[in-house]
Amino acid sequence: MALLEVDDLHVSFDTADGVVRAVRGVSFTVEPGQTLGIVGESGSGKSVATQSLTRLVAGAKITGSAMFDGLDLLHASQREMRRIRGRRIGMIFQDPLSSLHPCYTVGWQIIEMIRAHESVPRRRARQRAIELLDLVRIPNARARIDDFPHQFSGGMRQRVMIAMAMALNPALLIADEPTTALDVTVQAQVLKVMQDVQADTGTAIILITHDLGVIADVADEVVVMYAGQVMERARRREIFYQFHHPYTEGLLASLPGHGGTRDRLTPIPGNPPSLLAKLDPCPFVPRCPYVFDKCRREVPPLAPVHPDERHLSACWLEPDRALQFEWESSKFAQISSTAHR
Amino acid sequence: MTSEQTEAVASVDETLLHVEDVRKYFRVRGHAGSSRAEVRAVDGVTLDVRRGETLGLVGETGCGKSTLARCMTRLYDLTSGKIVFQDRDISRASRHDLRTVRREMQMIFQDPYGSLNPRRRVGSIIGDPFAIHRIGERKDRKGKVQELMQLVGLNPEHYNRFPAEFSGGQRQRIGVARALALRPRMIVCDEPVSALDVSIQAQVLNLLTDLQDEFHLTYLFITHDLSVVRHVSDRIAVMYLGKVVEVAPTDDIFNTTRHPYTKALLSALPVPDPDAADSRERIVLTGDLPSPINPPSGCRFHPRCPKAQEICSREEPPLVPVLGDHNNHVTACHFPMEVGESLTPGTVANSERVNEL
Ligand SMILES: Nc1ncnc2c1ncn2[C@@H]1O[C@H](COP(=O)(O)OP(=O)(O)OP(=O)(O)O)[C@@H](O)[C@H]1O
Ligand SMILES: Nc1ncnc2c1ncn2[C@@H]1O[C@H](COP(=O)(O)OP(=O)(O)OP(=O)(O)O)[C@@H](O)[C@H]1O
Ligand code: SF4
Ligand SMILES: [Mg+2]
Ligand SMILES: [Mg+2]
Repeated sequence: MALLEVDDLHVSFDTADGVVRAVRGVSFTVEPGQTLGIVGESGSGKSVATQSLTRLVAGAKITGSAMFDGLDLLHASQREMRRIRGRRIGMIFQDPLSSLHPCYTVGWQIIEMIRAHESVPRRRARQRAIELLDLVRIPNARARIDDFPHQFSGGMRQRVMIAMAMALNPALLIADEPTTALDVTVQAQVLKVMQDVQADTGTAIILITHDLGVIADVADEVVVMYAGQVMERARRREIFYQFHHPYTEGLLASLPGHGGTRDRLTPIPGNPPSLLAKLDPCPFVPRCPYVFDKCRREVPPLAPVHPDERHLSACWLEPDRALQFEWESSKFAQISSTAHR
Repeated sequence: MTSEQTEAVASVDETLLHVEDVRKYFRVRGHAGSSRAEVRAVDGVTLDVRRGETLGLVGETGCGKSTLARCMTRLYDLTSGKIVFQDRDISRASRHDLRTVRREMQMIFQDPYGSLNPRRRVGSIIGDPFAIHRIGERKDRKGKVQELMQLVGLNPEHYNRFPAEFSGGQRQRIGVARALALRPRMIVCDEPVSALDVSIQAQVLNLLTDLQDEFHLTYLFITHDLSVVRHVSDRIAVMYLGKVVEVAPTDDIFNTTRHPYTKALLSALPVPDPDAADSRERIVLTGDLPSPINPPSGCRFHPRCPKAQEICSREEPPLVPVLGDHNNHVTACHFPMEVGESLTPGTVANSERVNEL
């Protein structure tokens, strides 16, 4: 059974410029012990969608349902949410360096976090904090626990954040771009730690990133978002080798060493849409080289891609296109070679 | 060889910018007790940029890439060392003397949001270089600016708009247009696409490639993204803690990797290909980047290097061809890697030692 089942999630904000519909009918599931990767360009609604699951977005209008352990997160009381946050659902935010308080030792912050949820004696909490720092491979944890955040490097602070999010053994960890601000070598350390911890504790992870390389490394299942919607959802290998949606194709084609030649890359033409505006039935219409009449008339449902029932795509192209696709015939390359800049 | 061919070869290898043993130290407030400390941001770098090439400069955050770039363009005064641009020593050139250099050497910065003044119209931002260098009549400037806008794929009718009205990729194009205004020979690009989404990043990289062909530009291209640098560069220089540790043609950096740090860096790069990701050898470096205030002795990489031996902490290895490499592949390492050699990850003991540094 799924650990988390999100169905038709909508999130909007009332702003001075009008209503921003940031998330527009998103559905996905997370299985216990698995990693769900969410990819998409900046502004596609990744953070808003996942933060609204923990009800941490201020001023947002949220509809839909998100069943977690028999409880609908979107309709639970604030009291129930306070019990779940941290305890059952751990979180690591996009902006890591600001998430630790500079004036308290790392140990104090982990201990307080544990004691806010469990009535354990200080000594036991401290012992647990040391174990957690060990778990995320902070060398010499027993001594480092009394250091302040500034005495740690960026990568170590991020590992401390993982330790804190894991402190109460949550069933689900939401990690929003946990490695984006880090160097590749440090990123590799942090991802490794996350995977090891997952193997140890069986925690499910939602990993938000815009880096398809990170997705290829660690995700079991992948959700591709665009303009607040799910364009495609599949297991990792299908997303990279048998994708169906043109947006997924465009993302992969843009990567150096992928669709393009050595001299020229293959970008997606144009820019992502404003979420204030009314979008085409398929939000990718203005940038899609495969667009045809129907795309402008009817909303493509997120439907199974033949022959794989667990592989879903929201596009009107033939359901078995994924099986026949070849990079040589990608339309992104064709328009990019004819387009003048 | 025909004379035409000879000329082509000569122009490829000709040095446009020569950097010799350049150092840049910053004074900072020290720890308790010591009132003064120095950050050795760039600590003895020797490097050539050849006419018409793209030289990629990679390395982790804080290793000194931007500082080196700012020394090259003389936005910074040097602590010591020499910079020769087109056979002219500019190491000590005065602000006034630098005016002509600036015309020929431009910079593009990382942040397409922060580097443009939000209260000025794009037209005047792009036209700045004309005004600063008093080039052309004021009345002709609009036409020139609109030509530039066209060139970088911006709509010339948006001349009077403000930066906020453009997307990230478009704002980066504004930066490119401004850099191109004076038809420079060389452009130093400091993380020009790092803040952009992949699909937009590809647009801007294509633009830079096209402009290079059209105007025979030379690029120094700084980035921490190895897949980008592999795509754009003819040669790559790898920096670690204020030093260049390896320089080679792009394919050699990837196929004949010599420096253990380069090897570790390459192995940490996430590849967007699940099968490759599952099967490749990954070296997870232990420890953290040491402080440039008090860099390790000898080879600066030695506390994190799986191959380190006693000599590494004692003697600094010179940047020279190793293991029979051609002159154009230089490495600073006492124990360079053979092709196919695997780098066994460091032990736990190793990582603890590092953290005590
Ligand atoms: N409080 C808010 N008020 C109004 N609009 C908002 C608010 N928070 C987010 N948005 C808008 O919602 C959209 C989705 O934002 P979100 O932060 O979820 O994107 P993202 O996919 O996480 O992007 P990134 O990769 O840049 O983090 C954006 O257009 C953003 O401007
Ligand atoms: N003005 C300054 N004063 C003091 N220290 C500085 C100054 N500028 C840079 N540094 C230090 O010099 C070192 C090199 O910095 P630099 O910005 O050149 O690194 P970089 O390789 O460009 O890093 P990034 O990839 O993060 O841009 C760092 O330790 C940095 O903190
Ligand atoms: S539905 Fe149409 S416009 Fe949308 S992605 Fe598919 S082909 Fe392109
Ligand atoms: Mg986000
Ligand atoms: Mg920099």
